[in-house]
Amino acid sequence: MHEYDVIVVGAGGAGLRAAIAAQEAGADVAMVTKLHPVRSHTGAAEGGINAALREGDDWELHAYDTMKGSDYLADAPAAEALTQESPKEAIQLEHWGMAFSREDDGTVSQRPFGGLSFPRTTYAGAETGHHLLHTLYEQVVKRGIEVFDEWYVLNLAVSDEDDPADRRCHGVVAYETATGNVDAFTARDGVILATGGLGQVYDHTTNAVANTGDGVAMAYRAGVPAEDMEMIQFHPTTLPSTGVLISEGVRGEGGILYNDDGERFMFENGYANNDGELASRDVVSRAELTEVNEGRGIEDEYVHLDMRHLGEERIVDRLENILHLAEDFEGVDGLEEPMPVKPGQHYAMGGIETDEYGQTCVDGLYAVGECACASVHGANRLGGNALPELTVFGKRAGTHAAGGDTEEPRVTVGWTDDSEDGDVDSPVTLGEPWTTEAVADGGAAAKTGEAVVERTLERERERVERLLERDEGTQHAEIRASVQHTMTKNVNVFREEDALKEALVDIRAARERYRDVYVADPSSTYNTDLIQTIETRNLLDIAEVITMGALAREEFRGAHWRKKHQERKDDEWLKHTMVSWSDGAPELWYKPVVLEGQNQTYEPKERSY
Amino acid sequence: MSTQRQQPETETESTETETAQDRRLEKKRQRAAERERARVEAEERAAADAERYHLKVFRYDPEVEGKQEPRFDDFHVPYEPGMTVLDALIYARDQFDASLTFRHSCRQAICGSDALFVNGSQRLGCQTQLSDLDQPVRIEPLPHSEVVKDLVVDMEHFYDQMEAVEPYFQTENRPEGELEEQRQSRENREKIKKSTRCIWCGACMSSCNIAAGDNEYLGPAAINKAYRFAMDEREGENVKQRRLEIIEQEHGVWRCQTQFSCTEVCPKDIPLTEHIQELKREAVKSNLKFW
Ligand SMILES: Cc1cc2nc3c(=O)[nH]c(=O)nc-3n(C[C@H](O)[C@H](O)[C@H](O)COP(=O)(O)OP(=O)(O)OC[C@H]3O[C@@H](n4cnc5c(N)ncnc54)[C@H](O)[C@@H]3O)c2cc1C
Ligand code: SF4
Ligand code: FES
Repeated sequence: MHEYDVIVVGAGGAGLRAAIAAQEAGADVAMVTKLHPVRSHTGAAEGGINAALREGDDWELHAYDTMKGSDYLADAPAAEALTQESPKEAIQLEHWGMAFSREDDGTVSQRPFGGLSFPRTTYAGAETGHHLLHTLYEQVVKRGIEVFDEWYVLNLAVSDEDDPADRRCHGVVAYETATGNVDAFTARDGVILATGGLGQVYDHTTNAVANTGDGVAMAYRAGVPAEDMEMIQFHPTTLPSTGVLISEGVRGEGGILYNDDGERFMFENGYANNDGELASRDVVSRAELTEVNEGRGIEDEYVHLDMRHLGEERIVDRLENILHLAEDFEGVDGLEEPMPVKPGQHYAMGGIETDEYGQTCVDGLYAVGECACASVHGANRLGGNALPELTVFGKRAGTHAAGGDTEEPRVTVGWTDDSEDGDVDSPVTLGEPWTTEAVADGGAAAKTGEAVVERTLERERERVERLLERDEGTQHAEIRASVQHTMTKNVNVFREEDALKEALVDIRAARERYRDVYVADPSSTYNTDLIQTIETRNLLDIAEVITMGALAREEFRGAHWRKKHQERKDDEWLKHTMVSWSDGAPELWYKPVVLEGQNQTYEPKERSY
Repeated sequence: MSTQRQQPETETESTETETAQDRRLEKKRQRAAERERARVEAEERAAADAERYHLKVFRYDPEVEGKQEPRFDDFHVPYEPGMTVLDALIYARDQFDASLTFRHSCRQAICGSDALFVNGSQRLGCQTQLSDLDQPVRIEPLPHSEVVKDLVVDMEHFYDQMEAVEPYFQTENRPEGELEEQRQSRENREKIKKSTRCIWCGACMSSCNIAAGDNEYLGPAAINKAYRFAMDEREGENVKQRRLEIIEQEHGVWRCQTQFSCTEVCPKDIPLTEHIQELKREAVKSNLKFW
């Protein structure tokens, strides 16, 4: 049993920044992470980090772009916190030595990105995330913050009151990959989840294999609502064979999209007459797929992204990494040929519901980074807005958890008087309870924090043992593949009612099969089979929540396109989709969007680019 | 050192549960042996298919009977254009043997977790096309590190060496304003650019004969990390001096015998040997002592 003031789960950009802030606010901090910190997926981010640094730009413009980009599903207080604090955080990284690209006068470079009214995307070549991750990890090393790497967090130790708002998180239980040890980490002040993305719900994704949405699933089963989960971002330029991302920086620098007829379709076919390739991601993704569906795709699958005209010097200076990716993963020389690209799952706008300090409705439980939904991205995230989210909210949550001074949050969490019940016309009985495996309950009769942790530890030991004991059944790989397949087929860029229902049926079937899941590897040394089996359980919950939200939201907003509902219905749908796990059943409800900012209200307008 | 693998305190469980657990695990191990036979049979059938790629994969598990003695297993995976060594391993694991163990995550040469010894040289599995390799493709864990299981090696020593060079920015003249940049010339950024690309994969260290013979040698990756900071004009002369002192210690730069093996294997094309040579020159210039 380990005891700290603050436990940070996950060591990507968000976790590292949170740990630094918590330590600076005086807390004794430990990080528990399933990968070594420098292996986190933040390292893969390419394009850049938005911050209003220059004359002619300011946070208010950035906030406006963010609210508009979100299709008015972001909460203004969170978007304003993001845009107000990102300049300071970007320069903080610079002061920590981050190797940003530079202008002639030695200041950091910025470039245009989709949906931004000012070129405010600060970058380090086409490998911004790599530099950000390493710079933050260096600061963690410098400060001697304790890191338990290759420890897989199995569950949260949360008390068991009826109302999630009365519950408290006392720590986590984790599995040491190298040895098979299951042990508890008690957090006196708070647990901060920073577990990153959930792209593994899909089979064509830019996300790492480790991005299995563990944090969202654990918080969800502990009673914290998952917010706006149907809002999945598909990035328009991923390599068709692997899902590897070709940064938006390529279009930012002037890269052009062509269809099989050699048309610059973004303009020629009228998808975005002003911004063309630099329209926001949802717009470009739909345009590409429309081209493919209407027979103008190349090999019926993809379109071309051409950067040859930018010239070798500029490409090597600013996009060198892209040349390597295209060469290594598609065998294409970007200096000589256009690159094949198609949309792929990229980012989860939704996640664990939090306020602007990363707090959830469960006391002592925080979430930051891609696993969280402070609600800055709404229905569509602007490129370059996720990395500042890591630093800004990482810092805020770390400080808050450590008891640092903060103001009253303006975004509410949990069920309030403004919440309303939701419904989904679903083809299968939702919420058949999952009785035997890892329910949300951290400690049925446990009264003290210590007892809650003890009880969770015991349960998780039992779960691991049970999984290892079982001798035959279905392997996780099969279940995982079936979920990924149905999500890619049915819950993708274009969404239709029947397909969404089919996905729910398939997910339910996968759930049934999971009852029989078994781990073939009996070893307690580095048992990745066991870990993947537990991750697969998390993917099931997440796939179900995404699909439920998508089925219920009968409108077209941001990334969420519904065939029969081709308009944004502000009267009815200016609200967040919430799904909570309640007594073994997913429960759907809604809460209003906060459009009132500090000095202005963001009135929904038509989104044209 | 901040990254520590902590041993949890020993749990005191009753002997009764331990024996029950042991019995169950024993049974499970027997079943595993049965499955292993089935796997070999399936594998033999697959081997008959000439279209498949033939992998020979190193196996070892200290705990599981039959795997305690290191051995090579054969897998035959169906080939698709563009398939990488990592794709082939994932296929083998998901289709033939769920216990096949290797680290991987990003699949795009940036997380540094799948450095392997493939046909006799250090490479990232995800960055290596199968079609570039002679068959059978021999896949082994990185040499010169302790094998934990199958293709997974213990990275602790590598991390320790990385952290020994004070791998964080230290500057004497940080700007006053919190929104003011500490300017860096384009040329200077260009100079350190390649050194900042290291993904901590450990390939260079594994390929280095000197590191193999001298456990205390800082090794190419850690020296490159020191280079990244020592050459950064923003740190200032005093810090640079201190950095040179660290890297020119007994087990530092002077151990390097310019064999270039690290430079050859680095998946990020970092000119490691060159960086080490340059630091040697800097050390001479600053009149530091030789070893
Ligand atoms: C290819 C790509 C390019 C991108 N480019 C940009 C860009 O240019 N600009 C931008 O703003 N955004 C970009 N994004 C988005 C952005 O990079 C991510 O949203 C962000 O990096 C996520 O950071 P994180 O800290 O939340 O999670 P991650 O960096 O993914 O870290 C998650 C951490 O949680 C740990 N973890 C997970 N589950 C568990 C568990 N059960 N137990 C213990 N630990 C666990 C992992 O080990 C890891 O340390 C990009 C994303 C991708 C995929
Ligand atoms: S220097 Fe190159 S080979 Fe060595 S650890 Fe870094 S990336 Fe890997
Ligand atoms: S899987 Fe990340 S480097 Fe290969």
